[in-house]
Amino acid sequence: MFVVAPFLWALSTSFKDFQSVNSKVTYIPWVDYEPSLEGWKVLIKSPAKGGVDIVEPYFNSIFVTCTASVISIVLGTLAAYALSRFTFKAGFVRNNDITFFFISQRIMPPIVLSIPFFIFLSTIGLLDSLIGLVVVYIVLLMPIAVWIMVDFFNRVPKELDETALIDGCNPYQAFYKVVLPNSIPGLIVAGMFCIIFGWIDFFFAFILTFTEVQLLPVKVVALNSSVTPWWSLSASALVSVAPLIIVAFIVERYLSKGNLSGALK
Amino acid sequence: MNFKHKFVFLFPGLFVLIGILIFPIIFTIRLSFSGWNSYTPEMNFIGITNYIRLFTDDPRFWESFFRLSFLSVTTVILQYIIGFSLALMVWRDIKFKRFFRVMFLIPMMTTPVIMTVIWRTFFHESLGPVNDLLGTFGIGPKWLSDPATAKITVIIVEVWQWTPFMFLLLLAGLLSLPKEPFLAAAIDGASAFRKFVFVTFPLMAPISIGAIIIRLIEASKIMDTVFVLTSGGPGTATETSSFYIYIKGLREFQMGYAATLSFTYLVIMIISLTIIAKVLTKLMIKE
Repeated sequence: MFVVAPFLWALSTSFKDFQSVNSKVTYIPWVDYEPSLEGWKVLIKSPAKGGVDIVEPYFNSIFVTCTASVISIVLGTLAAYALSRFTFKAGFVRNNDITFFFISQRIMPPIVLSIPFFIFLSTIGLLDSLIGLVVVYIVLLMPIAVWIMVDFFNRVPKELDETALIDGCNPYQAFYKVVLPNSIPGLIVAGMFCIIFGWIDFFFAFILTFTEVQLLPVKVVALNSSVTPWWSLSASALVSVAPLIIVAFIVERYLSKGNLSGALK
Repeated sequence: MNFKHKFVFLFPGLFVLIGILIFPIIFTIRLSFSGWNSYTPEMNFIGITNYIRLFTDDPRFWESFFRLSFLSVTTVILQYIIGFSLALMVWRDIKFKRFFRVMFLIPMMTTPVIMTVIWRTFFHESLGPVNDLLGTFGIGPKWLSDPATAKITVIIVEVWQWTPFMFLLLLAGLLSLPKEPFLAAAIDGASAFRKFVFVTFPLMAPISIGAIIIRLIEASKIMDTVFVLTSGGPGTATETSSFYIYIKGLREFQMGYAATLSFTYLVIMIISLTIIAKVLTKLMIKE
């Protein structure tokens, strides 16, 4: 109940109009109030007619999240493979230290990065642009990719790539043709987590973009400002939350198969 | 296996990350010794003036920091308790197991700020459903405008949002446990409670530590929720360190001082999280 309550409330609110929100608290359509489609209509109207343009932020969000996730996964997977298979030594730095360096980037409070990024991006003219955001998101997402993939590769038997090497593959072929196909579940889980954490970020999107480029969360929160149109707010919130619910199903599937199990150790 | 190709795998990722991060960090440190603000937007050098100001003349920062510690520790403890019980519940074979699992995961997939916007209407003092229902019992707490209850509201929202993550990590852990100890316990005729205390919990200790630390790291960044729900208010009742730094830096444009704050904050964070990790490991493993 506690889980779904806010969703039900939002769903119910999204069909209200000015009257039914502001007079008294109402719950059930037709019984308590007369439902209206006002909240959903503004989503598809053009901004000039008083609508809320949610399509463009939607695509911006998808673009930034996916690009940053893909880059993080590719680079993170390569690094994770190296960390899991080879030994590195440089002074007192060992494999574990490098892994820890990657993962520890999650400790970094966003606010610490935001100020230098703000100044840095405005200097090179990437403030308020998609590319700037992608760069920042890579920092957020790569640690997750490395964390999950190192663990995953540790559980893929080494004999697998050794056999491939004996069979005459060079290391790149061994990785690409033998190890990668066997790591698809790991890649999917890592990808899901990257997408989740990319999609739900608000802070950087809020600070580093203004008008030219707006991501979905920023757009929805902006609705919250002066006169709060609860109905369109609820509708747009539901729309923006929806896609990731599919992700929940995928994660659950891999969880049941036991593919997430070692991710913590 | 060891050969020159290993660097080809490692370096792209490592260098991209370092490349993106090195500038901001050095810049923050340098900035923290400058008086960059909206009147003098330049990189002058004013020595440790900012640090002196922080340590002698800024109780607001320290208050916000203790508030943050309080909020994150409370939410993480609650998340651990709730998350663990939910995970135990769906670990066994109960009806609609998969349905419940997906259900408990959903809040994590939703964008915190957007849900917070919904929560705000949810807790609205005169038009929200919470007070409407509580009103039938004759009480109507001021969820957002009273310093004490505003903290509770933030905690509720945070717990709702992030318990699923805890749940996910713990359930994944539970599913990976070996079966033998449980069989042994069953043969000995242990009660469910004893089984939990003597078998499940000790086996889960390392995973619990991992999950708690990960959540503490994430919780220490509480920002979105506070920003939308209360904007740090009423007064400074729910203001956390991040939010305070945000106000100083990007609202009042005291960049230099904000850099000092954020660098100090980062150092405190790293030290305290390391200590917490060490202490937790000792405590849990011993038990």
